[in-house]
Amino acid sequence: MIKPETEAALADAVKSATAPLCIQGGGTRGFEVAGETLSTAGLSGITLYEPGALTIVAQAGTPVSQIEKALAAEGQRLAFEPMDHRPLLGTEGEPTIGGVVAANVSGPRRIQGGAARDYALGVRFVDGAGNIVKNGGRVMKNVTGYDLVKLMSGAYGTLGVLTEVSLKVLPVPETEGTLMLRGLDDTAAVAAMARAMGSPFEVTGAAHCAKILDDDPITALRVEGFEASVAYRLEQLKGLFAEQGVDMLVASDEMSLWFWQGVRDAGKFSEVAGDVWRVSCKPTDGPRLVAASDAEECYCDWGGGLIWFLTAPGVDLRARLGRYDGHATLVRGRSEGIAQFEPQAPGVERISEGLRARFDPRGILNRGLMGAASREVA
Amino acid sequence: MEMPTPDAGIMARKGRVVERLQAVLPKDAVIHDERQTRAYECDALTAYKCPPMAAVLPASTREVADVLRICHEEGVPVVPRGSGTSLAGGALPTADSVILGIARMNDVLETDYENRTIRVQSGRTNLSVTGAVEENGFFYAPDPSSQLACAIAGNIAMNSGGAHCLKYGVTTNNLMGVTMVMMDGEIIEIGGAYMDAGGLDLLGLICGSEGQLGVVTEATLRILPKPEGARPVLMGFDDNEVAGACVSDIIKAGVLPVAIEFMDRPCIEATEAFAKAGYPMCEALLIVEVEGSEAEIDHQLSLIMKIARRHNPVELRESKSAEESAAIWLGRKSAFGAMGQINDYMCLDGTIPVSSLPMVLRRIGEMSEQFGLKVGNVFHAGDGNMHPLILFDANKPGDLELCEEFGAEILKLCVEAGGCLTGEHGVGIEKRDLMGYQYAPQDLEAQMAVKDVFDPGWLLNPAKVFPLSASESRRRLPMAAE
Repeated sequence: MIKPETEAALADAVKSATAPLCIQGGGTRGFEVAGETLSTAGLSGITLYEPGALTIVAQAGTPVSQIEKALAAEGQRLAFEPMDHRPLLGTEGEPTIGGVVAANVSGPRRIQGGAARDYALGVRFVDGAGNIVKNGGRVMKNVTGYDLVKLMSGAYGTLGVLTEVSLKVLPVPETEGTLMLRGLDDTAAVAAMARAMGSPFEVTGAAHCAKILDDDPITALRVEGFEASVAYRLEQLKGLFAEQGVDMLVASDEMSLWFWQGVRDAGKFSEVAGDVWRVSCKPTDGPRLVAASDAEECYCDWGGGLIWFLTAPGVDLRARLGRYDGHATLVRGRSEGIAQFEPQAPGVERISEGLRARFDPRGILNRGLMGAASREVA
Repeated sequence: MEMPTPDAGIMARKGRVVERLQAVLPKDAVIHDERQTRAYECDALTAYKCPPMAAVLPASTREVADVLRICHEEGVPVVPRGSGTSLAGGALPTADSVILGIARMNDVLETDYENRTIRVQSGRTNLSVTGAVEENGFFYAPDPSSQLACAIAGNIAMNSGGAHCLKYGVTTNNLMGVTMVMMDGEIIEIGGAYMDAGGLDLLGLICGSEGQLGVVTEATLRILPKPEGARPVLMGFDDNEVAGACVSDIIKAGVLPVAIEFMDRPCIEATEAFAKAGYPMCEALLIVEVEGSEAEIDHQLSLIMKIARRHNPVELRESKSAEESAAIWLGRKSAFGAMGQINDYMCLDGTIPVSSLPMVLRRIGEMSEQFGLKVGNVFHAGDGNMHPLILFDANKPGDLELCEEFGAEILKLCVEAGGCLTGEHGVGIEKRDLMGYQYAPQDLEAQMAVKDVFDPGWLLNPAKVFPLSASESRRRLPMAAE
């Protein structure tokens, strides 16, 4: 394993590499490829934190836990609620902030607050030729040149190795509350979540799961804010469903925290064997996809826009789902002939390949993880 | 600002190019008469003008594709144009270029309240997107000042912001999918009515690429339910620094206002003379707006005012009604007009870390004296996006150049302070040659490599964003056509 401790040393390592490299932060997210591991864990530490400007800058290998601790001390947080993949994948080690950005890891709050990429303000990275490049900065509004920050978020290290990221952070609200509707079927649940998210009460989490408390499915709606405001909004949300005679309960604080952490981390599937898929779709298409999936189990987040599926090992879920607006990612489980990421339409694929060829001309950064090469490998 | 010398060879082929364009578009959609092309000679950066060789007004994605394919084959540069409201010269043509105006494509294609999205043709104006959904209680969040006129296509090109981005983000945070035509005429689809388009984040890359990567003809946008209500509080301070500290304290306190607007004394004076909004005469004025139910607004405003009182404001005026809110916003909304009454002005939009606000304002004041040009500052303080308005006299020889020089110094200062050249207007031609202050050669090289992939011939809006010297070798690539 190569574990440089400076950006310059990392650039040298990439420049002098003669074979493909497996780029890793904490190595907890299950995106290994063949090749010597190039770890960013040696680049660690918060470079700058300005609570009054809602910005933090940290080296890519900084543990997420260290960032969260520093933010918590100032009553702030990473509002995009990044998932911890360890329980689901059974991995060990420390998730890093660079890994979060590289994989654009976002949780339930994505529906209201945005994804990791929406909070990424600036990056420094080393491209496949060993050049050190910076883009963006540490201010919230920046349209100076192309937004390579977004391009690097979700590129999984295939275009460059992140060395530093700057992020927008937000205050932790005074409290949160979760309203649980019981007994709705998939279609009724999607409609209820749409109704709640179409209301002015700023729902920051909307998920639907079966077999959480008992046999009745739960449709959960979260609101956050000042205490009086949360109480008010929960009442208003209840009012939306009162006429329908839906069975409702307000979760206790502990239950709310536990529930949303489970939704975030796909906790439901951590103890069960099988492949785990993550499908991004139009919420109203969800029930149809669930029916078509013939999956062992599933639950949905993002108001129905994100469905987590558990299937038997080796099932090609994409083939079962057919055509729809969205895409499927295989998060746990590897099988021959099944790419981790959804194959792209030819025009888009060509652009993506073009970008990879320019940013990583020798094809050494996480080779085979994304794009056409991933299908060759798979 | 320098523009590349137009290619005489291309201009000599005007007849053929126009003929080919006329073959794929309705007669009135190809403008080539020299008196008529003048309508497209500039955008809102009116100091620079040049009529294009021709302008086309396609009405469908298919027509856009035909136009681009022909221009690609003929080796003709294309300058995409939304509504022409760019303050940075993003839609400024060259004499050898074709303007591709998207104004005829302004339909709403689909509204989907259950999934909270709207699909529009990109020539639709920003405000009319909200107009299409507000009856059902929804709105489109990014709200640039030009929202009555500016097109979604231009918003995407410049990644436009507005006064309410502190809470709702800018265009890139509200764009879910596009139909885009590549320079060679290929039509591609990216994203749609679902979160996070798969694969590389091309949507994020296209947003803010100033029409250099492709022409977006349709867009899927996120729409949001309107808040129950909104009300501002106005506060005045005797010191910029104190106002800056107050902004920082509000943010730290965990209240997230939808807008925090800042005006300095020169701007307050000009605005008062013009709009008579009843603003206090002081060094710095803040307008802080929050949203929610009446009780929620009361609660948040009381917290904000408690923080403000610690900074000894000379004025603290809480709006209690829609009329009072309108009065508070009146001055801010007429600030640009007020400055324009005094003189010509140049509006910059460098962004700085909020913590550097007092230092930057002090330095701008000092520079204003050195250059002998007045500056008023009005800006989005919550996100550090400044809008210094430099006053100059366009009829006075040398004044524009002096103003540009002053502007460049302010932008360099923003970069030094840890900020950037432009927060929401874009680089265009205006800040093109300052890019080297913010980015090292390899940083610009990485960005230009992106354009190489999307538009290998560098025909789309080629003379923008990158310093001409940096892009020169690429812009001179030999074209196949002859």
